[in-house]
Amino acid sequence: MIELLIRLVRRPQGLVGVALLALIAIACLFGPALAPYAPEKIDFLGRFRPPGWQNWLGADQFGRDILSRLMVGARSTVPMALVATFVGSAAGAIIGVGSAYLGGRTDEAIMRTNDAVMAIPGLLMALLLVSTLGNGAGNAVVAIAVAFAPGMARVTRSVALNIRNQDYVKAAIARGESAVWIIFREMLPNVMAPIVIESTIRVSFAVMLFATLSFLGVGAQPPASEWGLMVADARQYMYQAPWGLIAPSAAIALTAIAFNLLGDGLRDALNPKDER
Amino acid sequence: MSFAWLARRLLLMAYTLVVVSMLVFAITQVLPADAAQSLLGENATPEMLAALRAKLGLGDPAWQQYLRWAGRVFSGDFGISMRTSQPVGPDMLTALSRSLLLAASSILVTLLVAVPLGVVAALRHGRLTDTGVSLIAYLGVSLPEFVTATLLALLLADTLHWLPATGYVSLPEDFGDGIRHLALPVLTISVILIAHVMRMMRSETLDVLKSDYIRAARLKGLPERTVLFRHALRNALLPVVTIIALDVGYLLGGIIVIEEIFAIPGIGRALMVAITTRDLPSIQAGALIMAATYAITNTLADMTYALLDRRIRYD
Repeated sequence: MIELLIRLVRRPQGLVGVALLALIAIACLFGPALAPYAPEKIDFLGRFRPPGWQNWLGADQFGRDILSRLMVGARSTVPMALVATFVGSAAGAIIGVGSAYLGGRTDEAIMRTNDAVMAIPGLLMALLLVSTLGNGAGNAVVAIAVAFAPGMARVTRSVALNIRNQDYVKAAIARGESAVWIIFREMLPNVMAPIVIESTIRVSFAVMLFATLSFLGVGAQPPASEWGLMVADARQYMYQAPWGLIAPSAAIALTAIAFNLLGDGLRDALNPKDER
Repeated sequence: MSFAWLARRLLLMAYTLVVVSMLVFAITQVLPADAAQSLLGENATPEMLAALRAKLGLGDPAWQQYLRWAGRVFSGDFGISMRTSQPVGPDMLTALSRSLLLAASSILVTLLVAVPLGVVAALRHGRLTDTGVSLIAYLGVSLPEFVTATLLALLLADTLHWLPATGYVSLPEDFGDGIRHLALPVLTISVILIAHVMRMMRSETLDVLKSDYIRAARLKGLPERTVLFRHALRNALLPVVTIIALDVGYLLGGIIVIEEIFAIPGIGRALMVAITTRDLPSIQAGALIMAATYAITNTLADMTYALLDRRIRYD
């Protein structure tokens, strides 16, 4: 584990990714304690105050400090994306490994259906689910998890097909182990590396998708200072106070970049031979 | 491309459409505990609820409701909008045509920019140009559409006063103004697609340049230009067909946001309006048409790929 981390930070991309993630983690854990102002503190004299010593990143239409809102908002953005990705990846991985284990016609049927489900674009699927389940951050997480599962299933299944033909799996089948045992104890642990890499990269999509849902008004609800919601709010005043727009946009972008870099870094660290 | 392969591929497409229609129907009409309640909202009277339930046939088993709905959709009848009381189908198809114009223009711009950039990055592998191009690609895939759209609108529509920030003018009506209104949305979509296609193009070209036949062509003493255009590019371009087809799926999702931001009356906007006004027939029609567009595009892309590359044997 520590060896992996060392290999990860040896490349500049990995180092930047890990550093950014550390910053984000600090904001998620200690954001409210570190923020200079309360995120809801209204200051009518400071409406649309440009970035300066009073408000480092400026103030919004109610004079609320944007930096404080960002720091507190990290909690309502990043952990949501993590949970959604984790649940979606786990479900997808189990479907993928199960399908590879069953093999033959069953595998074919599962995968064709899986591909068919993927014909519904992720955002559309999430929107449909949220419109049924009701607006809100929790439902948006469920929707993103469901939208992610088929993609993960496809990735996992392609890796698991090779594992399926390994001797230790054949031995387990010959020993008469149950399907559940073979899927969870023999096959899943051996497809973990690619799953972890793929899910790490997907967290950045989840961050963007979650922010998009909030932006469209169906994800996190006001007065939460979720980042996508902050962009939606600031759009009305974007010509008066562009900083209100740029700050949360940058926060979303940096988070997405951080997870992308970490995913790519992990891939390099785990397969040192691949030069790309 | 054998007949058997084609038949199989078309069968797969039909299967996809059936699965998608089942899913869309299940999510919108079966999954809600009481679709009538969720359609009419909190303030519905019991009479209104009863009337709507009877109209939608909510008392019947789910499969009967589905078959009735699928039968009507198959004959081209998507039902009557609950918002406008007009047939849903024609409105959605008009909206789709506007979205397709947007999508096609974006793909054209993407190809014109991304392919040369990707090749240049591969040729300058590891040098400053490559790093710069890769960095921009990274940024492109790390910004959600609504951020890219808003930032571009802020930059181009306000600061430079070049382009209208929102709205739609149909091309036959006023070509010049129509193009100016399309410019920002097309640019936004292209930024993201360019990042995808460029990364793909770069790594494909790198792979091809390392291959034996390129080495052979060079050893034969062919000029570098011939090696590049006649041998390398031809092979590196093939996977771009697949990437574009996959990106259409992304594009259809992205279009929902882009049309909402730039106020383009396409299918994405129609769907968002349907969702916010709980217009069930319009939601179902919009979602189904979008997924069908994706399935058909993918099938066409597979066929193009099979035609272009005779080495592919799917059976």
